[in-house]
Amino acid sequence: MSTTPVSPAFDEAALVARAKAGDQDAFNELILHYDRRVFRMAKQITENDDDAEDVLQETFLKAYTHLNDFQGNSKFYTWLVRIAVNEALMKLRKRRSDKTVPLDEPIDTGEDEVVREIAVWDQNPEDVYSREELATILDQAVQSLKAAYRTVFVLRDIEELSIEETAEMLGLSISAVKSRLLRARLQLREKLTRQFKKKGEDAFAYL
Amino acid sequence: MLTCKQFLLELNSYIEKTLDPQELAELHRHVSECPNCFVVCDTTEKTLRVFKGMECQPVPKGIQARLMAAIEKRFKDKGGCGCSGETTHH
Repeated sequence: MSTTPVSPAFDEAALVARAKAGDQDAFNELILHYDRRVFRMAKQITENDDDAEDVLQETFLKAYTHLNDFQGNSKFYTWLVRIAVNEALMKLRKRRSDKTVPLDEPIDTGEDEVVREIAVWDQNPEDVYSREELATILDQAVQSLKAAYRTVFVLRDIEELSIEETAEMLGLSISAVKSRLLRARLQLREKLTRQFKKKGEDAFAYL
Repeated sequence: MLTCKQFLLELNSYIEKTLDPQELAELHRHVSECPNCFVVCDTTEKTLRVFKGMECQPVPKGIQARLMAAIEKRFKDKGGCGCSGETTHH
């Protein structure tokens, strides 16, 4: 068992190697480094604290159990996200199967993209709102999206996966990811503009 | 000259600059001449920026404690090392 001390800089590959060799401290360190990102993603997809907690636990338990399957061809976090996304989607499908479209079903991709609010933003939201207020506004905006858009936005724009990785994880075509991403971004822009627009600038429609 | 609708459909490609220079120039010309599309483009970029700048809040203590306890239990159940033996599906 390795007894190498952990360097102050986070060395993912070394921690994974130590964890694979059975070093529990190394695995715990990986957990403490990534748990908040996994939990945030789980919460954004499932919209629910209890489900997010289940996803968090299952993700790390599965990661631990299958650590030998991780060959290091991708970043450890990408591998972890893949497990977490599957867990989160399972929760979502289980809960929502009776009331929303399945995530892999083609959805309307017409050209009527939503653009009603056209107003410049007052100031940088970061300068106007506290961190907590801003986090609440952003969370609510994401959670107001339909699951089909929300999942794409979370993976691509928050987790910063590539279009190809997002498509692969969600079982969607590249073009479906692109059109959903456009919708998601425009809908979020719309919602945030309502919140952040310069006072006195009323919305007007175009297109 | 592009219509606003055509511009909007290419908005992501414009923001991410994933088109060839000629197509980008055409989109740029539209957004330079169309105040509405300029604002939509600008506020979309700001939307992405504000999300990217979002800090990841720590996992609530109770949830983290339960996670660590579950992992600890798994370690113990497997004799301290989950990786030297078989992989178990639940």
